[in-house]
Amino acid sequence: MSPAAVKDEILAFDRPEVVADRATHYCPGCHHGVAHRLVGELLTEMGLVDKTIMVTAIGCSVFLYNYLLLDAVEAPHGRAPAVATGVKRSRPDNFVFTYQGDGDLASIGLAEIVHCANRGERVSVVFVNNTVYGMTGGQMAPTTLIGQKTTTCPGGRCREREGMPIKMAEIIGGLGGTVFAARAALNNVKNIRQAKKFLKTAFEVQTKGLGFGFVELLSACPTNWKMSPVKANQRIETEMIPYFPLGIFKDLSGEGGVC
Amino acid sequence: MSRIAIDEARCKGCLLCTTVCPVGILVQSPRFNQQGYKVAEVRPEDRDKCTGCTSCALICPDLAITVWRSKKPKGGA
Ligand SMILES: Cc1ncc(C[n+]2csc(CCOP(=O)(O)OP(=O)(O)O)c2C)c(N)n1
Ligand code: SF4
Ligand code: SF4
Ligand code: SF4
Ligand SMILES: [Mg+2]
Repeated sequence: MSPAAVKDEILAFDRPEVVADRATHYCPGCHHGVAHRLVGELLTEMGLVDKTIMVTAIGCSVFLYNYLLLDAVEAPHGRAPAVATGVKRSRPDNFVFTYQGDGDLASIGLAEIVHCANRGERVSVVFVNNTVYGMTGGQMAPTTLIGQKTTTCPGGRCREREGMPIKMAEIIGGLGGTVFAARAALNNVKNIRQAKKFLKTAFEVQTKGLGFGFVELLSACPTNWKMSPVKANQRIETEMIPYFPLGIFKDLSGEGGVC
Repeated sequence: MSRIAIDEARCKGCLLCTTVCPVGILVQSPRFNQQGYKVAEVRPEDRDKCTGCTSCALICPDLAITVWRSKKPKGGA
């Protein structure tokens, strides 16, 4: 069948132009690709592509600038919220977002994200939580679930030894400068649609000048979970969502922001 | 007729698309692409069953799927 358009049909789904037409280095079933697409679609639909400066982080998504055709600054590990603060304060008319993994944001970069949110910086954060340090071979992250085996907790994460997994969306939602904080998952079509809705609100609180927006995306890393992609998507449903509930933890988008 | 096209060079054979198709027409093919992934396909005899719902494209992490939906005939068919 030829992919060319035929009379009496409409193009119902195609890649947005801002998402580069090239193969990614991600493993089969990795959800970074889904997160990239959602961001690309929204920036296109909201007319923000030409105004955007993205701040990329360290992790498997380190080459994000190869996949989203946007102006970008690459931040040192964990420092994306600090870099984004500088970019947004010096270029307040630009749209600025960070894209960070759970090792980057919840471990080495915990101070930066907390203070960025607390100051109410007018930036948006896309937080991809796959419960491991994906890029470096699957070490334990602050978000690793109790009992989950990783290379640095081969017997499974233990509460007594390593503490409980950190719930970032709830923590960020508890900070004064946050206008919107939510958690969605990328494991099925319904959850992917909800993720896009949350990201849209997080982006809008910035475009309206209200303050800080944060969306956590529960994501699969089939390779380091040592599971097939289909099993990994099921794990999000049966293990991650029960501990990391989906939903909105703070939303002042209808109330004119925080200051 | 609604239809999809799978860019086999981009498909990584993750099979996530096969889990969301409401009419169950997405399956693993016997073919490997140049990267060595066994790609997904819709068999020729199933092509006219596609509803154009876009679920497969929404879950595909590699943007390997394009979807066309047939326009509803005016005044009913
Ligand atoms: C200062 C510094 N410390 C450590 C590293 C090694 N390192 C690279 S990526 C990474 C963790 C990435 O995990 P995450 O943010 O969860 O991203 P993922 O790969 O899972 O998407 C670490 C520790 C580094 N690059 N720089
Ligand atoms: S290691 Fe995990 S996060 Fe990294 S590309 Fe592979 S599946 Fe994705
Ligand atoms: S568009 Fe919908 S019906 Fe058609 S192949 Fe994809 S999931 Fe199946
Ligand atoms: S979801 Fe995409 S990459 Fe995965 S098997 Fe289907 S077409 Fe291929
Ligand atoms: Mg990670």
